Amino acid sequence: MVTDTHSSHRSDFFHEVISDTPGGEQLAHCLQCGSCSGSCPNGADMQYTPRAIFAMINANRRDDVLSSNTMWCCVSCYFCTTRCPQKIPITDIMYALKRLAIVEGKAKDTDAPALAKTFTGFVEGYGRSFEFGLASRYYFFNKPLSMFKLVPMGLSMLTRGRMHLRPNKIRQVDQLRAIIARAREIGGRS
Amino acid sequence: MKTYAYYPGCSLESGSAAYDVSVRAVSKALGFGLEELDDWNCCGATEYFSQDELVATSVIARNLAICRADQKELVAPCAACFLNLKKTDHLMGEHRDVCRKVNEALAAGGLHYDPGRVRVRHLLDLIYTDIGEAALRAKAVQSLKGVRVAPYYGCQVVRPMNGFDNTEYPMKMDELFTWLGAEVVDYPVKAHCCGGHMTQISEDAAFELIRRLLDSAVEYEADMILCMCPMCQLNLDAYQARVSSFFDKNFQVPIIFFTQLLGVALGLSFEELGIGKEIVAAGPVIKARLAAQQSAANA
Repeated sequence: MVTDTHSSHRSDFFHEVISDTPGGEQLAHCLQCGSCSGSCPNGADMQYTPRAIFAMINANRRDDVLSSNTMWCCVSCYFCTTRCPQKIPITDIMYALKRLAIVEGKAKDTDAPALAKTFTGFVEGYGRSFEFGLASRYYFFNKPLSMFKLVPMGLSMLTRGRMHLRPNKIRQVDQLRAIIARAREIGGRS
Repeated sequence: MKTYAYYPGCSLESGSAAYDVSVRAVSKALGFGLEELDDWNCCGATEYFSQDELVATSVIARNLAICRADQKELVAPCAACFLNLKKTDHLMGEHRDVCRKVNEALAAGGLHYDPGRVRVRHLLDLIYTDIGEAALRAKAVQSLKGVRVAPYYGCQVVRPMNGFDNTEYPMKMDELFTWLGAEVVDYPVKAHCCGGHMTQISEDAAFELIRRLLDSAVEYEADMILCMCPMCQLNLDAYQARVSSFFDKNFQVPIIFFTQLLGVALGLSFEELGIGKEIVAAGPVIKARLAAQQSAANA
């Protein structure tokens, strides 16, 4: 792994972003080539493209980055990551920005944090995800007006036996919860 | 008979049950065993990574840690499960601090995992590499001649790491169905994104990505799209009617899992393969193509 010889010149925000991303130190070698932005299927919807976001991280524009919609447009397709000539784990950096934005309460105009919380809530309750519970709880609390649009699709899934109305639970759910609790302690984030 | 540990993943228990049913049926027909990993837990998809990196990797690592010593290869058909399992093993192997912290978390559950102990495989790799062309040709009893398929790989099996195919323009599913006699169309968007969870968060963004995939299949006159990810199947199949009305189109593109059509070639019935669980029916076009083979042979 190549390490950054000029790390002292980097912004505080740069260090904050890469500290929580394995391999994130590669960001120091960004060439601003824009391969990431050109590869992104959702680039057109982003306030700032990934290339611009990396320049802003270097310029310490913490608030602008964390309150942007950029990372919330990322669907983890990894095109940017595999195409980056400098091997920057871009998708993972987008995850790091999502985490920081949630912690700081800066995630706005997106239901992604709510979907994530609802999803993982079921995992912690049962050890498995639960599609019907996820969809109904998430839409009820976040998009109640959209629920009616989903009824025909839900019925199609139900009649084909593709929607189970009860969750499956693993036997050792307490073990899983203990692991999660310890990981949260170590990570220092709840 | 070689037996692999099997990680079905949550989607294969409900919305994508057809994938699970066809995977198990195909494994029997091809003569390899799948032993479901006992008491596996959800991989968290992309949802833990946006909240806590260490929780995300620890939740995934529990599945690697509970593999018995003799379970050296773990097979996952779902794209997100495959990537999460493979990525966690990789991160633990590459970054000593990640490995230490994940094991510290696992210890709270009395578990431990040494990276590299379990080899995570995708089902396509297993069928392509371990079973291979000769065995597949020998076991195929029903030619797929005349069936035009668009092979759709999506994102998370082929990127960022897969160890068996190209990340930009994968070919293994193309080759596999060529061996079975199908007409594989050159599907330019084969590794593009279906929108993932954006169908739940921002429909407009997701619908445009789904439209491109369906439009391209129509343009190349594919009879169906074959996929290998539950999320792709759900977005392309269950949302197809709404994408059609959103763009004022009339899409009728059947979307099935690659194992379902593979099973047809192996002589299995539609019922054994879960064909009919998809919302845009694939059965009629498959029947029509196979019937056309018959009438050509009789003529």
